Amino acid sequence: MPPPRRPRRLTPGRPLAAILVLVLVGAATVAFLARDRSGPAEVPTQDLTLNVPAGPGQSGTVALDTTVYLPERTPAPAVLVAHGFGGSKASVDADARELADRGFVALAWSARGFGRSTGQIALNSPEHEVADASRLLDHLATRPEVSRDAPGDPRVGVTGGSYGGALSLMLAGYDRRVDAIAPVITWNDLGQALFPNNAVPNGVPEAGATPAATPFAPNGIFKRSWAGIFFSAGLAARPAVRGPSGIAPEAGSDGSGADAEAEDDAADAAADSRLLAIDPSRRDPAAPPPSVCGRFVAAVCAGYLEAATTGVLSPATADVLRRSSPVSVTDRITAPTLLVQGESDTLFGLDQADATARQIAAAGGTVDVVWFAGGHDGGAPGPVVRDRIGSWFDRYLGRPGVEPRPPGPAPAAGLTYAVQSGIRGESRNTPSVRSVTAEAYPGLPGAAPVARRDVALRGEPAEVLNPPGANPAAITSVPGVGGALGRLAGQLSAITAELPGQSAGFSTDPLPEQLLVAGSPRLRITVGRVPGQPSGPEAVLFGRIAEVTPDGRSTLLGGAVAPLRVAVPPGDRPAELTVALPAVVAPIEPGHRLVVTVATTDQSFQGADQPAVWRIGTAGPEPALAVPVVPGRNVTANTVPAGPASGIGLIVAGVLVAWLVARFTRRRPGPTVDGPAPQERLPLVIEGLRKSYPGGVVAVADVSFAMRPNQVLGLLGPNGAGKTTVLRMLMGLIRPSGGSIRVFGHPISPGAPVLSRIGSFVEGPGFLPHLSGLDNLRLYWAATGRPDADAHLDEALEIAGLGKAVHRRVRTYSQGMRQRLAIAQAMLGLPDLLVLDEPTNGLDPPQIHAMREVLRRYATGGRSVLVSSHLLAEVEQTCGDVVVMHHGRVVADGPVADIVAGGGKATFRVDDPTRAAEVLRGADGVSEVELDEQSVHADLNGMPRSEAVGRLVGAGVAVSAAGPRRRLEDAFLQLVGEDNTP
Amino acid sequence: MTAPTRADAAPGYRPGRTLRLSVELRRQLKRRRTQVTLGLIALLPALLWLAFSFAEQGPATGSISVVDLAQRSGTNFAVFAMFTSATFLLVVVVALFFGDTIASEASWSSLRYLLATPVPRARLLRQKALVAAMLSVAALLVLPGSALLVGWAAYGGGDLISPAGETLDPGPAVLRLLLSAGYLTLHLSWVAALALLLSVVTDAPLGAVGGAVMVSIVSQILDTITALEGLRDYLPTHYATAWADLLASQIDWGDMTRGVFSALSYAAVLGALAVWRFARKDITS
Repeated sequence: MPPPRRPRRLTPGRPLAAILVLVLVGAATVAFLARDRSGPAEVPTQDLTLNVPAGPGQSGTVALDTTVYLPERTPAPAVLVAHGFGGSKASVDADARELADRGFVALAWSARGFGRSTGQIALNSPEHEVADASRLLDHLATRPEVSRDAPGDPRVGVTGGSYGGALSLMLAGYDRRVDAIAPVITWNDLGQALFPNNAVPNGVPEAGATPAATPFAPNGIFKRSWAGIFFSAGLAARPAVRGPSGIAPEAGSDGSGADAEAEDDAADAAADSRLLAIDPSRRDPAAPPPSVCGRFVAAVCAGYLEAATTGVLSPATADVLRRSSPVSVTDRITAPTLLVQGESDTLFGLDQADATARQIAAAGGTVDVVWFAGGHDGGAPGPVVRDRIGSWFDRYLGRPGVEPRPPGPAPAAGLTYAVQSGIRGESRNTPSVRSVTAEAYPGLPGAAPVARRDVALRGEPAEVLNPPGANPAAITSVPGVGGALGRLAGQLSAITAELPGQSAGFSTDPLPEQLLVAGSPRLRITVGRVPGQPSGPEAVLFGRIAEVTPDGRSTLLGGAVAPLRVAVPPGDRPAELTVALPAVVAPIEPGHRLVVTVATTDQSFQGADQPAVWRIGTAGPEPALAVPVVPGRNVTANTVPAGPASGIGLIVAGVLVAWLVARFTRRRPGPTVDGPAPQERLPLVIEGLRKSYPGGVVAVADVSFAMRPNQVLGLLGPNGAGKTTVLRMLMGLIRPSGGSIRVFGHPISPGAPVLSRIGSFVEGPGFLPHLSGLDNLRLYWAATGRPDADAHLDEALEIAGLGKAVHRRVRTYSQGMRQRLAIAQAMLGLPDLLVLDEPTNGLDPPQIHAMREVLRRYATGGRSVLVSSHLLAEVEQTCGDVVVMHHGRVVADGPVADIVAGGGKATFRVDDPTRAAEVLRGADGVSEVELDEQSVHADLNGMPRSEAVGRLVGAGVAVSAAGPRRRLEDAFLQLVGEDNTP
Repeated sequence: MTAPTRADAAPGYRPGRTLRLSVELRRQLKRRRTQVTLGLIALLPALLWLAFSFAEQGPATGSISVVDLAQRSGTNFAVFAMFTSATFLLVVVVALFFGDTIASEASWSSLRYLLATPVPRARLLRQKALVAAMLSVAALLVLPGSALLVGWAAYGGGDLISPAGETLDPGPAVLRLLLSAGYLTLHLSWVAALALLLSVVTDAPLGAVGGAVMVSIVSQILDTITALEGLRDYLPTHYATAWADLLASQIDWGDMTRGVFSALSYAAVLGALAVWRFARKDITS
């Protein structure tokens, strides 16, 4: 029997919406999780053109286009930011802003021959580009925003990528005022970078105690593809190469966002250059017209033309390139140097940085090395590496708020390298990267030489053909594309690298455990002539190393090849040599093999034109691949962040405090009860009870009544009278809006302990449908926490009368069975006050009869029963007393007999009803006389029944019975009116 | 009975003894829903293994996927099972256990009899939440446990290879798995608190469970919108996969700390709301 007018309830959708809003608002309030992810900050900049001398033996000046980026606090140390080959100051704008945001004065400029700067490209020549940079230092020394070590000596660092990286090293070698440098992906010796030869002839001592050392052997093989790209960048106004595009993946960053920014910057720079190309008025009128040499100075141009046409590095060109290379000054570099080199770089590989580190450390300089998962074929350094560069300048330059490292013995050179697992993540397409740090750079002074692990190689000697003109050639790398495409090169090459008959392969067994290659693996091979086949005095070969999965998939490590020029002595004796394979970082998974191939051609290099056949095999009785490993510890991006950690502490403490407060402020009533002594307290006293809901619905307007011990009280009322609401308030489920309920003298509130003395069955049974009836009763009693012996379970089960069904699941019960079980549950523990709502619903007549008996017997020994019902007969037959409710009010209260008799109606059983009716109609005040077969009913209106009987008998009517008219219905209808159907 | 019964209560009644955990646990463990949920979670690794066994080898792509990795060793398989279930299945399970607490009692009408026993309201909520937490933790332990057993049987007890390519010995790897279950337990506390709050405000168990899952999904969708940038840090699901940092030899606790803080912040606020609401609610079910 649900109350017809319920309070307005939230529909399921509304709390959801409310909670969604709450979650989002909550998100905004957790304020100190916030991290600044904005792009380069707005920093004030200043563009100016500086005129510098054109150079020795040249008249006039060269105009350098510069931009100065100012930090918030000055004076501050300065950092020169040099751009890569083919770029301009615009291409390093983001880096410069980042440094200025960090607190340095940053100065970016377009090198001569690039951007809006005039002059010709002298390829970082000491008299030109390096001298230009010194003039920039002069300028910085005059600026009030720049802090100075001495008059004319600014506190300054230099950084830059590729061409700019080489300038950093060169400037540090030529100008003592430079205090720290961080060159990125640059060369040590340009001649070696463009004419590499990784063959170590037999008998020549092995140079490399360092992990990435390659022999830098003379007489190298022309890296024609990269050289062409490099040179053409200086020919056209529009750069064909602008260093790596995109950001390299790195540990602890998802790389999103920053990538797009870098691409935008690069695109801006390109647009800038295009503008220069098409707008004649903006070109330097002094620049020479387009020519074979473009904007290169004559010496550089001549060298390239010679190399490109002959494929041979002449001593004169080698000298030009050497003067443009850090190798010429590394023994003089004292400024602390952070070398950042890319692991995906077929132009300037790890061996170039390795050589620089070796040379600087040998001269006593301070050096630290970072290999990141990018490079000319990969991407630019990501935020973690850029932060590392910033920290390097923090440490050696200081800045407002940060003290520089005090002078003292230089710390040992370290090596941090990125390991790309190549395993595709769930959602991200970029490979997962981690960062490993070795405390000491192996092989440098003070550190042990690099550890090499020998892995046995198998493979029969094979005869390989060098086709005439070295064509067709294997394609192993696609230089200059950069970014993701460049990273794909290693996989692409697996398809195009092996041309039939052109390569010999040697494989390891599947590796038993993971092997982390970090550096240049070594392998000894023999190269011999094949009788009857053409061969020249020397062989040009290309060594490669690949990881091969069990199902045959092959990945070229580093996407790189090691070119070899081998002098083969005449006769049958083969040449024996050590191959320094490309320096790479690659984790080789267990079960995978390492495969070394030696091939005769490679598209990127100038091969040997003469046709030849060579016999290539491994050397020595136990051929092995010596794999360099650099043990280190994994670097995690950060430690436990203090803010969130203390936040967790605060929350835990807050919850603890709330719990303690709740525990100690818990209501402890007990002996505070007022009124009569316990034994005299009434089972139930309700006074002025009222319940109204928001919106003006009044369910209970004013209810007062009381119960005595040993009483069976009926609560009678039509549907909607408010009976159930009263009972719910009695059970502590609903808070009254007014008035009070006392049970045995104790006020009722949600969870009041006195509720334990009430047994209730209100508005239908509530059972766990998956449990049997017995389990339900047992668990219900267990939930009360009271002793099992107090339950009187057997008596309750007897009342339920379920028999064997008590072991079945409740969900299989009929309504009557549930009803009986629920009444039994209410009687568990024999509560002092039993509250039953419509107890006979669904019971059959014998059961109803039995139930009445049970209730009558129950209400003894101080126990009371409150029965609510809308059935008149029910209340009439079960209860001694009744409270009649209507529209939320008590309309009558008293013994059932009184209520029934209250109307004054009487019934007489007579032998002649017609005659009796006449007699009664004749009596004064008697009205509403009705008659049926054997009885006559009348409203006596105060006349005693005995007098009416006397009159009937006097009139000759035989009266067999007389009494009140026993129809509660009449009384009830009279009390509640006729409108009891809502 | 050592402590005396209060004068105003029935003999033997003490609020602190009502609805003890063992009782509530029995009430829940006898439910098919609980049994089926835990059973399915225990079975999931076996289903994954079957799926792997039947799946055709895909075309060679030149790189290793996480599915390839899962078949390397038992621990890798267990990690894969955790990865696949952490962002949805476990959310649903936690939402189920917590969203069901009050709402299902309300739907069975048994809530009013428990409250009239009387079990104090705060205690009722606490005991039910504790049991839901126990069941959730059980689910979070059953999953890696079962996955380890299936994985060991199917792929052997080899090293764990992390997505970053590192290897961990089986012993430490199992410890890391346990730690990740621990992180997920703490991190899913926000789902638990949200489901509990919904369970208090609605009488429909499905509404409470579905609502919590829906909020989680919406949050995950918002998290994929990179344009939101820093705002995404405040999404409750943002650090849902931070436990992957446990799979490195050097653990980065940064994101996990942030994740626990974020989850506990949400849990504290939503949980407090649930308690506040339940203490004042008129029970009309």
